[in-house]
Amino acid sequence: MTELDSMRDPMLAAIAASASLDALDAVRVEALGKQGRITQLLKTLGKMTPDERQVQGPQIQALREVVAGAIATRKAELERAELDARLASETLDMTLPVEPALVGTIHPVSQVMDELAEIFADLGFAVATGPEIEDDWHNFTALNIPESHPARAMHDTFYCEPQPEGDGSYADGVARKMLLRTHTSPVQIRTMLTQKPPIRIIAPGRTYRSDSDATHTPMFHQVEGLVIDKGITLGHLKWTLETFLKAFFERDDITLRLRPSYFPFTEPSAEVDVGYTMQKGKRVIGGADGWMEVLGSGMVHPKVIAACGLDPAEYQGFAFGCGIDRLAMLKYGMDDLRAFFDGDIRWLKHYGFSALDVPTLSGGVGA
Amino acid sequence: MKFTLGWLREHLNTDATLDAIVEGLTRIGLEVEGVENPGEKLAAFRVAKVLSAERHPQADKLQVLSVDAGNGPLQVVCGAPNARAGMIGVFGAPGAYVPGLDVTLKVAAIRGVESNGMMCSTRELELGEDHDGIIELPADAPVGTPYPDYAGLNDPVIDVSITPNRQDCMGVRGIARDLAAAGLGTLLPITVPVIAGDGPAPDVRTNDPAGCPAFFAQAVRGVTNGESPDWLRRRLLAIGQKPISTLVDITNYIMFDLGRPLHVYDMAKLSGGLVARKAAAGEQVVALNGRTYTLTDTMTVIADDTSVHDVGGIMGGEHSGVSADTTDVLIECAYFDPDHIARTGQALTLTSDARTRFERGVDPAFLADGLAIATGVVVALCGGTPSAAKTAGEAPQAVHLVEYDPNHAETLGGLVVAPERQKAILESLGFTVDANWRVGVPSWRRDIDGSADIVEEVIRIEGIDKVPTVALPRIPGVARPTATPDQLLERRVRRAAAARGLNEAVTWSFLSQSQADVFGSGSWTLANPISEDLRVMRPSLLPGLLAATERNLKRGAGTVRLFELGRRYLAGAAGNSDERPTLGVILAGEKRARGWQGGKAVTFDAYDAKAEALALLAAAGAPVDNLAVMGPESEQAGAAWHPGQSGTLRLGPKTVLAAFGMIHPSVAKAFDLDGAIAGVELYLDALPTKRGTTGFMRPAYAPPALQPVRRDFAFLVPATLPAETLVRAARGADKTAIVAARVFDVFVGAGVEPGHQSVAVEVILQPTGTSFTDEQLKAIADKVVAAAAKQGAVLRG
Repeated sequence: MTELDSMRDPMLAAIAASASLDALDAVRVEALGKQGRITQLLKTLGKMTPDERQVQGPQIQALREVVAGAIATRKAELERAELDARLASETLDMTLPVEPALVGTIHPVSQVMDELAEIFADLGFAVATGPEIEDDWHNFTALNIPESHPARAMHDTFYCEPQPEGDGSYADGVARKMLLRTHTSPVQIRTMLTQKPPIRIIAPGRTYRSDSDATHTPMFHQVEGLVIDKGITLGHLKWTLETFLKAFFERDDITLRLRPSYFPFTEPSAEVDVGYTMQKGKRVIGGADGWMEVLGSGMVHPKVIAACGLDPAEYQGFAFGCGIDRLAMLKYGMDDLRAFFDGDIRWLKHYGFSALDVPTLSGGVGA
Repeated sequence: MKFTLGWLREHLNTDATLDAIVEGLTRIGLEVEGVENPGEKLAAFRVAKVLSAERHPQADKLQVLSVDAGNGPLQVVCGAPNARAGMIGVFGAPGAYVPGLDVTLKVAAIRGVESNGMMCSTRELELGEDHDGIIELPADAPVGTPYPDYAGLNDPVIDVSITPNRQDCMGVRGIARDLAAAGLGTLLPITVPVIAGDGPAPDVRTNDPAGCPAFFAQAVRGVTNGESPDWLRRRLLAIGQKPISTLVDITNYIMFDLGRPLHVYDMAKLSGGLVARKAAAGEQVVALNGRTYTLTDTMTVIADDTSVHDVGGIMGGEHSGVSADTTDVLIECAYFDPDHIARTGQALTLTSDARTRFERGVDPAFLADGLAIATGVVVALCGGTPSAAKTAGEAPQAVHLVEYDPNHAETLGGLVVAPERQKAILESLGFTVDANWRVGVPSWRRDIDGSADIVEEVIRIEGIDKVPTVALPRIPGVARPTATPDQLLERRVRRAAAARGLNEAVTWSFLSQSQADVFGSGSWTLANPISEDLRVMRPSLLPGLLAATERNLKRGAGTVRLFELGRRYLAGAAGNSDERPTLGVILAGEKRARGWQGGKAVTFDAYDAKAEALALLAAAGAPVDNLAVMGPESEQAGAAWHPGQSGTLRLGPKTVLAAFGMIHPSVAKAFDLDGAIAGVELYLDALPTKRGTTGFMRPAYAPPALQPVRRDFAFLVPATLPAETLVRAARGADKTAIVAARVFDVFVGAGVEPGHQSVAVEVILQPTGTSFTDEQLKAIADKVVAAAAKQGAVLRG
């Protein structure tokens, strides 16, 4: 069927030669449009005899399909080329900077407090709080530090000017004095006064002493620990401190040294040193090249238990107190306590923690 | 408390090494803070003889010596005027470090003559101030001997920290007793001389039995008070005490040796007898430190007929002190009540070694012996004739018995110690133990009160390191949160703030009065602040953050986004403090730096502050959609803020959850800040507390079946109409169909009459069941327009 063949080849050539979608469409109209040559041929089918149609029909249809297929293929090619050209024209410099994401930080003191809460939660300790502006009964007297006790002088206490209506007096008539708590130990008293044993608490918070030099700031942070129950001994205290310090520093090679010491509110009392090794001129916790004092502790004095309305013959327990800022310095390597309270954003970014670094037991409490 | 090893050995028979003693001291609670051997640094220096001394050929003031330090003659150039042939001195060979000059000696040519070392002065060896010439030793000093050995400098000085309960260890003997109990030697007996008194006992008495229950005294007449012998001077120097004169040195020596403070008076300067009495109010005394103290009638003094000579038990008076001219001395050995001493010392802010000991309670049974020992030493070193001793009053000496159960060592201390071992420990410390375990407390142990104290003695001597660790039993049942809702809230808000790009600061709780005044003045003022800048407990977190902001900007920070979560300190009921958890935020500097996209740098504005406030409140679980923006709570509360660019976020008309806005320029200026500074203060205590959860189950999920429909309205409103009023009106126009409304454009300018603005509001309608018909939509739109009209808004055509 040379007529159809002679029609097909030029059409396919024209399709292949179309350089634009418009040109291709012109070819399509000429071949397949209403007046197109293939369309016209299809119209001739109606006038044919059935026998002729039997032969001609499939051949014309085949021609139409080949041409339509070639047009579709060519159209896709041309569209792709056009898109490529447009995208090429849209090229931007991907090295230009973008708006930086804001990076906030958690202060090391807050982070360490969260770490402590997590570690002690695992041991069943709740977090307790108390006022920072305390009275002298909770801060001293109830802790077995009477008025004339040398330990009151030891504490370098900040006292408050009396309130306009006065600070009141205690049941025994002694005038009440308001002060900034010198330790977190008054929270022990408040807890024992309001809760029934068994008691397991830690009490982190701000504490104050009238002291300011390279290693002391008038405000600092402490964490208190208290366990009151039946049958609690110094052995439980040792275990708790060891467990806590190992968990905090995430090291199994923590060595502790307890030294008998003196605190008016504990008996027996012990200061606790933790062993360190020297690495690149810095003291690193672990090992036992030397000892660093990290906390004070002891069995709660029977007089303190009695002052809180509990029977010391029935209940006993232990308490400890530890500097949070110091813990942070030992773990994360800051060497200047004063910088903790300066608010220098360079320091905060350097030593601070991501909001997402929430201490967890499963992920490790350190970050 | 310092002492030397040699001194300790006068009380303790021991062959323990220095290391063993140091380790033992710390183990039993006498923490060693340092050990220093003053002889160690001079080990290279030797006793040497100057064989000959010739003029230096090139220098008039120098000599060329030939020195023998045990290994034959060496040539040494020396500038000391006293260097001469035949003298014995101290020689440092090349390689020796001279501490007083901070140099290490080398062979050197001095003005052309080789010098092989140095003859030293006391100052060069840091043994004294003398630099007029080199050290001259006696002619029999053995040449070649290391100088520290010859001079007895090889006596290590041990510095122990004595806890306030252990007055008995503020004397070398007490330390020796503890070491003996710990198995590090045997306590040597103490020798108390029997003094045959001659002549009248001094006239002393006590009229203040409460403050000074016992006043013992003895006179020694005909003494010579000069410089102390070398051994005494050396001991005092070794422990950092300055030798003064023999009589004074003896009192100091006995105080550090036996923990027994004493005082000596020059009898020639006293008129009449000495009496311990209460001071008269306003009475004055010039103490040995040269200061004048004004006394009150609660203070105990020692006075004669004419004046006060001594703040009893704390410091002697200048007037009656001994001097080189003293011939007759009165030795005071008294007992002062610890509480009296503590109160007087605190009131006068006067500290002394005597006060430290008396206020901790010296041994009340060691007055007569202490006095006899002191008198004996005075006679031995200063000559003279002792009088009979006078004993006025009596020190409290009731023997304290503690009922003790040896099982307590285990039930409290966690350590099983055999009863006979416990008994041995206690007895070695001076306790008595009877068959019924009634424990008699030694007179020098005022700190021992009850059974727990006995346990401590047993444990510390047996070894606290032997106490086995015992795990705390786990709390049975399901682990419950151990943090309170308030604590969880603080943690959430803190981490939300950090997640928003804010840096957490911790600033002082106290600030200056002038800073506090701007923020509501402050309810708590320190009576003894460390400085005026740290005087008032903060009534707001903003001043601390503003001060930190100023420091940061001054350091060149381009942008400052600081927050702090801490307490504000207000006055509470019944004289208590009211400490409120608060979060403060300061935004300063550039919100956005200049950039190729955004153009010029942008500073913070009040809407940035509002955005922080709302975001943090949302993190805290506050119902942010229901909050009203209002003005400051009071004129005072508003003073810190820009009056036209600040507000409070309230839940209901009264509950202020947050304040936000631009800091008032004059407040910023007070902190040395200028430019736009935005701030937020979030009052965590005011947040509604979450009610107890009823379990973890959430309500069933039921999203609307149909899409919401958006309709926009543009209103012309008076410029004074708050946008929120318009939005609330629109939102409330049809409470079932309208689920939200928000402003999406505010326009002032062409086409808007002056005093007005165009506010465009998008209203979101949520169909339920079936879609809205056109009629329904028109009806709702009409309601919105009508509701807006009530607020003075006109729909723009």
